[in-house]
Amino acid sequence: MADAPLLELRGITKQFPGVLANDHVDFDLRKGEVHALLGENGAGKSTLMNILYGLYHPDEGEIRLNGEPVRIGSPSDAINLGIGMVHQHFMLIPVMTVAENIVLANEPTKGPFLDLSGAEERVQELSTQFGLAVRPEARVSSISVGMQQRAEILKALYRGAEILILDEPTAVLTPQEASELFAITRSLQADGRSIIFISHKLNEVLEIADRITVLRQGKQVDTVPREGTTQEGLAKLMVGREVVLRVDKPQAQPGKTLLALKDLSVLDDRDLPACRSVSFEVKAGEIVGIAGVDGNGQSELIDALTGLRKVSAGQIEVAGRDVTSAGARECLDLGVGHIPEDRQARGLVLDFNLAENLALHDFRQEPDSKWGWLRPRRLIQRAAGLLKEFDVRGGGPRTLAASLSGGNQQKVVIAREVSRDPNILVAAQPTRGLDVGAIEFVHRRLVQERDEGRAILLISFELDEILSLSDRILVLYEGRIVGEYAPDVSEEELGFAMTGGKKKAAA
Amino acid sequence: MSSSAAPESPTGTSAVQSYFATRIGGVLVPLAATILAFFIGGLVVLITGHDPLAAYKAIFEGTGLNWFFPWVTGEAREDAANDLQQTLVVMTPLVLTAIAVAFAFRCGLFNIGGQGQYWVGFIAALYVGTHLEGTPRALHVLLAIAASIVAGGIWGGIAGLLKATVGAHEVITTIMLNWIAIFLGSYLFEIGGLLQGPQPSIPASADVSDSAKLWPIWGSLPALHAGIFIALTALLVFHLLLNRTTLGFEVRAVGFSPGAARYSGISVSKNYFLALAISGAFAGLAGSVDVLGFKFSVDVGDFATNFIAFTGIAVALLGRNKAIGILFAALLFASLEIGTSTRQLDPAVFEPELATNLATMIQALVIFFVGAELLIVYAWQARRAFTRHPRVKPELPQ
Repeated sequence: MADAPLLELRGITKQFPGVLANDHVDFDLRKGEVHALLGENGAGKSTLMNILYGLYHPDEGEIRLNGEPVRIGSPSDAINLGIGMVHQHFMLIPVMTVAENIVLANEPTKGPFLDLSGAEERVQELSTQFGLAVRPEARVSSISVGMQQRAEILKALYRGAEILILDEPTAVLTPQEASELFAITRSLQADGRSIIFISHKLNEVLEIADRITVLRQGKQVDTVPREGTTQEGLAKLMVGREVVLRVDKPQAQPGKTLLALKDLSVLDDRDLPACRSVSFEVKAGEIVGIAGVDGNGQSELIDALTGLRKVSAGQIEVAGRDVTSAGARECLDLGVGHIPEDRQARGLVLDFNLAENLALHDFRQEPDSKWGWLRPRRLIQRAAGLLKEFDVRGGGPRTLAASLSGGNQQKVVIAREVSRDPNILVAAQPTRGLDVGAIEFVHRRLVQERDEGRAILLISFELDEILSLSDRILVLYEGRIVGEYAPDVSEEELGFAMTGGKKKAAA
Repeated sequence: MSSSAAPESPTGTSAVQSYFATRIGGVLVPLAATILAFFIGGLVVLITGHDPLAAYKAIFEGTGLNWFFPWVTGEAREDAANDLQQTLVVMTPLVLTAIAVAFAFRCGLFNIGGQGQYWVGFIAALYVGTHLEGTPRALHVLLAIAASIVAGGIWGGIAGLLKATVGAHEVITTIMLNWIAIFLGSYLFEIGGLLQGPQPSIPASADVSDSAKLWPIWGSLPALHAGIFIALTALLVFHLLLNRTTLGFEVRAVGFSPGAARYSGISVSKNYFLALAISGAFAGLAGSVDVLGFKFSVDVGDFATNFIAFTGIAVALLGRNKAIGILFAALLFASLEIGTSTRQLDPAVFEPELATNLATMIQALVIFFVGAELLIVYAWQARRAFTRHPRVKPELPQ
């Protein structure tokens, strides 16, 4: 009886034009359980949860709550049934305070007036009860992403949610914030709430979930208990084939120094120092990883290296040549390849076709053009070769970049950068938003490029990625390099340094 | 690897779908907008107590487009030829001012300054055309045209320079430059003005010398002039420049994604400047084609009544900023203007005063419906969302 499901989804089917997003999916949730929904991008996780939350209506199937069939026609039906959802993209109003956002649509009143202090008190109560630290009186626009997420969770709890859907909750969090979220999840669970945890990250579902349901291409592949499940096993269920999670790489054979930074200082957009006297070297044939929490000078460092931002002091050398004051074009021509963090806004012109995107750096030179005239046939020819070499699927040279999946878009970016035979390759968050199969490709390719003698600088907020790819790890904190580590460093030690721990310890 | 390919297939399908949607939608929407506009125009004609079909037939015959029908013979054919000449004369500058809008648009800029660029081009060509007596005709024409291109280019380039250096919005600066050009023209040709013509009591310019006039090629009232070839060549140049040169590649890259362009070492500000300068050159060319082709002089009053470049914005919009689209859109707008003019339309069928308004109304409706495309698409999706389809985009691979 104790295991009788609180919530059951039976045979849920949802057809979108051209895609069967959910194909007879069964899912159940027990009281007080954390049940993870695992799958790659496009596997149908969000569709299933949007059906549960009343945003979509299923074509087939039924939903039962406490054994009773229910019809959820809209999110307000879901809320009334005690189902709350925290979306991947927060739905908070930036100019309002945390408390105002939480009570919105359900405001406590004193006579005809809004009882704001009452609201703040109630929020504070909930916040203490579950260890969800927020400042009720702070404006949403001024608080951290982690706190915004906690506000979203509080909002669901305030509305009486017994079942909480968390949609990719860690995607936007730092490692510290993520572990705080796990603690919160556990305290909610202890209070008897049930949680559906949507994710595509294997390690987190194994850490937090009691049971794991895996979706692949809209179908429920399996539901497994956490005990006895491994990352490899889950990856295989997710992707449908064996996936190499560990990056197998031979020992690095560092050669001569290709990138050298000497006391580099860079200002941010508000003219405040973002990088302060950063010095390091990257040699041919090694991957140097820069670990750090977002906003500690990474973007400015990347911009300076790629000629997009002026350097306020110090020096940058690429293969022995001073490129400190070089612009973006010169940097490209001097052999700085760049996989930008935001491939959609910076890496690709989404409305250009793949041939044009692949020519984005080289269109001024032969054979792409001559005397200022493009040679479309050569562009297409070259693109066809590169698309094949890099196994880009979902389109040919004339396909618009916008219509490719994220993984294939990233392959196009990598193909373009690598094909120019760069000395150094700056890879910023190269696997952000990609699914397991594409991540595997990107990682293998980076190691391959390393072994061909390029110097690779990897900037990532994913500790796993830094740890598994790097030959040396530098930690960037408040614009300074605060430590250098070997790749066998523990995650704890690295996390500690990333939050300025080392400095505190020294003081 | 076969299983990892499978998730791409829905994306592949939607890529194909969206490709055809943009291809067909590109023609379909302007066409549907035009048909709808004519339909509503017809309803209005009906309300005023006239026969819409007869009115449209009369307007059509007024455009001279029936000249292309082999069964129109004799006097009717001569009339048609005369009408068609006028339609094509009006179409010529429309094509050029539309290119001036379209080129900037493909760089992500909205050039409202075509009118000012047209006028400075007009004035520059007029100046050269009224001076340099005794220059051989071909050279004189060429110099006048070159002057208009340079003047228009400078006028557009000023807005481009302001955009590139201090980020001044091109909509504001080009509108301001329009007024500067208009008042400059009034100042130059008013009574006692620097370039006033030979008659001291008339605020107008002198006529351009015969040696600077564009060659008439067909008819005489006034004749269709060689400017039509200039406009057609300009369309070709516009198309090739944009799609076949590295310059056009940069312009389009900046227009689609300034961020990605910057990352590829393309200077965004340089392209803003170039795009507006080149746009201005096309509008300036429109001015010289008009003054050397059939206007030959300018009256101060013209500066307040000529809106050719604003019509050009509408033409570019309807023509989807593409060469072939602009050609047909310009033909449509010129036809509406000539077909409803007092001279062409039989008052027994439809009063010309009403007809002129009808033309304006149809033009406005066409633009309204083309502009409403987004609204229509949105309404369509919203409707589907409320029935069986998703309100939120389906979860597809990114």
